[in-house]
Amino acid sequence: MEIFWYIIVVVMLAVYMILDGYDFGAGIVHLFIAKTEKEKKAIRNAIGPFWDANEVWLIAVGGVLFFAFPTLYAASFSGFYLPLIMILWLLIFRAIGLELRGQIHNLIWESIWDKAFGIASLLLALFFGIALGNIVRGVNLGMVENGVSTQEAHFFFLPLWNPSFSPYAEHLGIIDWFTVLLGIIGVISLTIHGANWIIFKTDSTLNKLLKSIIFKLNFVLVALVIISVSIWHIINPKPFHNFIDHPWIWIFPFITFTGLLGLFKVKSFRKDGYGFIFSSLFLFGGFTTTVASIFPNILPSTNAVNPSLTVYNVAADQYGLSVGAKWFIISAVLVVVYTIIIHKVFKGKMDNIKYGEH
Amino acid sequence: MEDMLFYDRMQFAFTITFHYLFPQLTMGLSLLIVVFKGQYLYTKDNRYNDAAKFWMKIFSINFVMGVVTGIPLEFQFGTNWAKFSELTGGIIGQTLAMEGMFSFFLESSFLGLFLFGEKLLGQKLHFLTGFLVFLGSWASGLLIIATHSWMQYPVGYEILENGKFVLNNFSALFSNPWLWPSYIHNQLASVVTASFVVGGVGAFYLLNNQHSKFGKLFLKTGVITGLISSLLVAFPTGDWTAKNVVKYQPITFAAMEGIFETEDGGSEIIIIGQPDIQNKKLDNKIAIPNILSFLTYQNWNREIKGLNEFDEKNHPTNISGLYYAYHIMVGLGTIFIALMGFAMLQLLRKKLYKTKLILWAIIFMIPFPYIANTAGWYTAELGRQPWLVYNLLRTADGISPTVSSGNTLFTLLGFIGLYLLLGLLFLIVIGKIIYKGPHIEKQ
Repeated sequence: MEIFWYIIVVVMLAVYMILDGYDFGAGIVHLFIAKTEKEKKAIRNAIGPFWDANEVWLIAVGGVLFFAFPTLYAASFSGFYLPLIMILWLLIFRAIGLELRGQIHNLIWESIWDKAFGIASLLLALFFGIALGNIVRGVNLGMVENGVSTQEAHFFFLPLWNPSFSPYAEHLGIIDWFTVLLGIIGVISLTIHGANWIIFKTDSTLNKLLKSIIFKLNFVLVALVIISVSIWHIINPKPFHNFIDHPWIWIFPFITFTGLLGLFKVKSFRKDGYGFIFSSLFLFGGFTTTVASIFPNILPSTNAVNPSLTVYNVAADQYGLSVGAKWFIISAVLVVVYTIIIHKVFKGKMDNIKYGEH
Repeated sequence: MEDMLFYDRMQFAFTITFHYLFPQLTMGLSLLIVVFKGQYLYTKDNRYNDAAKFWMKIFSINFVMGVVTGIPLEFQFGTNWAKFSELTGGIIGQTLAMEGMFSFFLESSFLGLFLFGEKLLGQKLHFLTGFLVFLGSWASGLLIIATHSWMQYPVGYEILENGKFVLNNFSALFSNPWLWPSYIHNQLASVVTASFVVGGVGAFYLLNNQHSKFGKLFLKTGVITGLISSLLVAFPTGDWTAKNVVKYQPITFAAMEGIFETEDGGSEIIIIGQPDIQNKKLDNKIAIPNILSFLTYQNWNREIKGLNEFDEKNHPTNISGLYYAYHIMVGLGTIFIALMGFAMLQLLRKKLYKTKLILWAIIFMIPFPYIANTAGWYTAELGRQPWLVYNLLRTADGISPTVSSGNTLFTLLGFIGLYLLLGLLFLIVIGKIIYKGPHIEKQ
C-alpha cells in the first residue's frame, strides 16, 4: 500500500511539474523573449483557461502527501520552513498578477503585473530545481553535534546557505553550488517546456524565434545535465546501486534521454505539439530518475545518527491508506475526464480567446 | 515556546480569516449564478444571462483569491503545526486530500469552461458548467467542515501507543453528528453574504442611476434569497448547531452564552453584557429569564451548567473573545432578518426600488455578513480551545517543535503585508468591475 501511494505522489508531482511547469516557462518567455504587446498577449492566451486548474495539482498533491505520508509531510514542511513559505508568497503573487492584470487597462498597472508574473515564474522554476537538489543531496535530518542528535528530525536548516556555499559542509544550507546548478537546470528546462507549449497553442510571430531558442538552449541543457550527473555521483554515490540492483529503472533515464534527443529536432516537426511532448518526457524522466535512484529513501539523511525518511517509516496506517485508495481512484478518473473535456473544448490555437476580458 | 505558540496561532488565525472572506462569497454566489442562468434558460430573457456572466467574472477573481490564500493554510499544517500533522494527518489528511481531488478540480476546470466556453458549448451545456462550479464549491465546503468537525468531535479513530491517531472507520467522518448541522448552517450563511453583495450592488445601481435594469434584478434577487437564507441560518440550523455545542462541548456553551454560575430553575438568555473574567461574572447585563433553557431543552426550568462547574484548566483560553464572537454573530443575524424582512415587505408592496432608506441600509450592510461569518467561525474555533482535537490533543502540543519563533514572526509579518496589499488590489479591481456594470450582449 505504501508503494501504491508513493507512485501516486510521484506521478502527481510529475504531472504538476509538467502542467504548472509550462506556466512558469511561459512566464519566463514572457519576461525575456516577448517584445511586443501582441506577442505577450499570445503567451497569456496560451495559458489563459488552463493555469487555474494546473495550480490545483499542487493543492491536491499536498493533500495526498499529508494523508498518505503524514510524518514526511510534517518533517519536510517544518524542516524547509522559510523556503517553503517564500515559495507560497511567490505562487500567490504570480497567480494574482495573472488574474488582476487584464482587469484594468493602464500601462503602469499592466507592466507591473507583467514583471511580477515573469519574475515570480523565474524564481519558482529556480526554487523547484533547488528543492530537487536538496532531496538528492540529502539534509542534516535532526541536526547532530558530536555524534549526538540534538534536534528532532523536523529540523534541517538554520541559515539558508552557509558561507562556503558547499554541499559538503557540516551545516548544510538550502542553497549551495550543487543545488543552484539543479536550480539552473530547472529554469532552462522549464523555459524550453513553456516555449514548446506556446508554440503548440499559438500562431504567434514568436514561434519561429522560440524554436531556434529551444534548439540552442537544448545544448546548454545537455551540458548541465552531464555535469550534474557526474557531480551527483561524487556527492552521493549510493543511488547508483539502485540502477544495478533493479535494472528495469533504466527506463527512466531512457525516457529522459528520448526527451532530450527529441528536442533537438524541434525545428523540423510536422506538428507544433510534438515539441511539448518531448519536453514533457524530459521533465517526467528527469524527475522519476531522481526519485527512483534514491528509493526507498524519500529524504536522505546526511548524518549517520538519524535514519533517512523512507517510504516505509513515514506512511500512514494500512486501513487509512487502503480506504483512501478507493476514493482516490474514483476522483482520479473524474480528474482525467475533466482534463480531457477542457482540452477538447479549447483544442487548437488559442489566439482568438480574449484573455482577461471574459 | 510561549511566544512560538502565540505566533503560530496568530498566523493561522490571520491567514484563515483573510482566506474565508473569499470562499464564503464564492459558495453563495455560485448558487445565485445557477439561479440567474436557470432563469435565462427558462425565460430566454437576456438580462439573466448577462447577470450570470457578470457575477461569474466577480466569482472568478474571488475564486483565485480563495485558492491562493488557501494553499498557505494547507502548507501551514506542515510548516507550523508539524506535530499535529504527524499525529492526525492519517485522518484529517483524508478529507483535505478529498477536497483537492474532488472539489477543486471540478470547480477550476468548469470555471474555465464557463468563462471562456459559452459560444463553444451552447446554452444548456453552459448552464451545466455553471452548475458543476456550484457543486464543486459546495463540495469543498463540505470537506473542510468535515475536517473541522473531526477536530471538534473526533470519531472513527483509535490512538496508537506512539500517540498517533489512526482511522478505523472512514464513513464515520461523514456521519459525524457535528458535521451536517454546521455544514448547512455555514452554507446558508454564505448565501447570506452573497445575497447582501448582490442586493447591495443592485441598490448601488439604483441609487446611482446607472444600469437600473440590472439594479432592480440584483436587488430583488438579493432580498428574496437574503431573507430565506438569513431565516434558515437562525432557525433551524443555528439552533441545531447550538444544541450540538451543549451536548458535546458544554463548557464551550457556557462561555459562549456568558454563564458563569449555574442557576437553579432555568437559565436566562443574555442579550448584552461584558464578561469580567477576573471576578467570574458578567457586568451590565440585560437578560431575559428562563429563555435559554427553553431554547436549549424546550424546558423552561432545566438547568444549564455554568463555567464554574468545570475544571479551570479546561476553560476556553479566551472566554471574552468567545462570548463576544458568539453574540456579534447572533446579533447581526437578527439584524439581517429584520432588514431583509422589511425589504421584502416593500418589495411585495412594489415600493422597494424607491425606498431610499432600505437601499442605503443594504449597501451599508454589505460588510456585516462577512463580520458575522467570521465571528461564527471564531466562535467555533475559540470554543474548541485549549484543544486542537477536542479533549484529546492540546493546541500547545501541536506546534512544530523545532521552528524558531523568529521565523514564525517573520512569516506572520510577511503574510500580513502581502495580504493587505492583495486586499487593496482586490477592492480596486472589484470596485472597477462593479462600477462598469454588466456587459450587455448584443442580439
